[in-house]
Amino acid sequence: MSTPTLTRTSTRLTHRLLPPRPPYRCLSCSRLLAQQQQHQHQQQPPKQDAQNPTTHFGFQTVPSSSKQSRVASVFTSVASSYDTMNDLMSLGTHRLWKDHFVRSIDPGIRDCAEGNGSGQTILDIAGGTGDIAFRVLEHCTLVKNDHASKIIVSDINPDMLAEGKRRAREGGYGQSGRLSWLEANAEDLRAMPDNSVDLYTVAFGIRNFTSKPRALREAFRVLKPGGVFACLEFSKLNSRLLEAVYKRWSFGAIPLIGQLVAGDRESYQYLVESIERFPGQEEWMGMIEEAGFLVPGVEEGKGWEDLMGGIACVHKGVKPL
Amino acid sequence: MLETASRKLFALPPLIRVTTAPSTRSFSVLNRPPPNYQGHVPLNAFERGTLAAASAVLSLMNPRRGGRFTVPILLQWILILREDLIAALGEATATPFFIYRLRDAMLSNPTGRRVLRDRPRITSSTMSMTKLRTLPENSVGRAYVSWLDREGVSPDTRDSVKYIDDEECAYVMQRYRESHDFYHALTGLPVFVEGEVALKAFEFANTLLPMTGLSLFAITRMKPAERTRFWNAYLPWAVSNGLTSKDIINVYWEEELGRDVDDLRNELGIERPPDLRETRKSLKEQKRAAKEKRIRMGGLRAD
Repeated sequence: MSTPTLTRTSTRLTHRLLPPRPPYRCLSCSRLLAQQQQHQHQQQPPKQDAQNPTTHFGFQTVPSSSKQSRVASVFTSVASSYDTMNDLMSLGTHRLWKDHFVRSIDPGIRDCAEGNGSGQTILDIAGGTGDIAFRVLEHCTLVKNDHASKIIVSDINPDMLAEGKRRAREGGYGQSGRLSWLEANAEDLRAMPDNSVDLYTVAFGIRNFTSKPRALREAFRVLKPGGVFACLEFSKLNSRLLEAVYKRWSFGAIPLIGQLVAGDRESYQYLVESIERFPGQEEWMGMIEEAGFLVPGVEEGKGWEDLMGGIACVHKGVKPL
Repeated sequence: MLETASRKLFALPPLIRVTTAPSTRSFSVLNRPPPNYQGHVPLNAFERGTLAAASAVLSLMNPRRGGRFTVPILLQWILILREDLIAALGEATATPFFIYRLRDAMLSNPTGRRVLRDRPRITSSTMSMTKLRTLPENSVGRAYVSWLDREGVSPDTRDSVKYIDDEECAYVMQRYRESHDFYHALTGLPVFVEGEVALKAFEFANTLLPMTGLSLFAITRMKPAERTRFWNAYLPWAVSNGLTSKDIINVYWEEELGRDVDDLRNELGIERPPDLRETRKSLKEQKRAAKEKRIRMGGLRAD
């Protein structure tokens, strides 16, 4: 072997045999490392016990009492670019899901003229910007010729409600008297009397609630006997291949789009993590039944309706008579 | 003079190595490495490239400022100058090499080393606005607070760094971002587009961060008169001063607040550029006077 090759080989060998040099670390890094190690010894993960119950906020564990305000701040920051972001994240398909959802519920009473006491009372939960409420109203009016049914749009976040009110004014239903707005927590609908609602809808909202069983119990309480609970939510995919693509889109592209469009990566990171955390179809149906609802189609083994391979899913429940 | 200055810019003290980014860049988005500091979001190469490209394109589309690019309806939401996009572009393009070079430039200067050790942050809590307003007229702190007041912003409006992996370099980027308003005070350039572009050219020559260079594409959106001024006056000023002056990233602003701005400029080796506000004001006056004269003369002819 020639001398340069010999030197090169021997140098490489030496490097492999000798213990690795400690990484070059500047003074400020060393100080910070020491501080961090000290911090780690002191810091403990939040303990879960009766005194301070914890819940999940995306992949983080947070005290239950703080989840509501954290979710509130997420939705305040996304309110203004909500529609644009929905279109970009789902590539427009969220409109198809919502259309299908409303059509499958088929709200409204056929040929119901305006008059006292007639028409359905429909409660749309977490419906701040009015996507479902406007579709329901149009279905009642244009498809079922029902001019009497009224919709109460409820949301915990006043910014989302303000956005919905603005759209109602622009869309034309604002003055119809058939839309009313309620700022309330879905787990505590004290403004709504028992057995007062014919249809309770919640689209893409229930995964953000601190306690889903409490929300289901409130839904059960406000619905009339025979009333319908309908929920549109993200769920688990059936196909592993689709799931692989979907997960990479969710965790890679969506926060990036959030950064570019809304300037807010954290909110969209929370949204995709909350989708990941939401229970699957079977488990969610079980929770609905546990609240007292009868789920149509459960005997045939089809207690839910998957949309687009399970990306979204429609769950229904009926309050027994 | 310029040759030696550019050689100085690219040369590094032999003892300090320019470390490159860790080669473990090929992780999946489902399996990100743990964060290195509070707020850190590790990005893989594909994400970083997409972020850089998209933020570069989007930050140039600005319908309110009369941009030349047509804006599709889906993107009508961009109604303000998206500073956060420029910040994201800066972070996405800073690695490899450029932010490490800047960090090493700080390490090779005694004041820079003190800044890196102390890690001061410029926020409204650490910089008392009321106290700054009481400083003497031509001081650094007074000039800084008057820029903030004129633009109606506070030092808290800057995003925190997310996409730079090395923790110390993340601080260097944060320091650069927070010091930007001080650079306005130092150079005397105003905060509208023409002044910002001139300042970015100066920063590019001084810090060599790619985002500052890419921001120069904003000259496509300047008026012809502004562009002429830029080519003739401000670009030559920026290049020669940026290359020959000392590194402005090394200034310990918290200690220089009471100091006279001209004094600091002399120390750093920065000449004052032609006063942009005065130039534009006098040009506007001239135009107005000429217009009035034409109207008067036109009126006479009509008689």
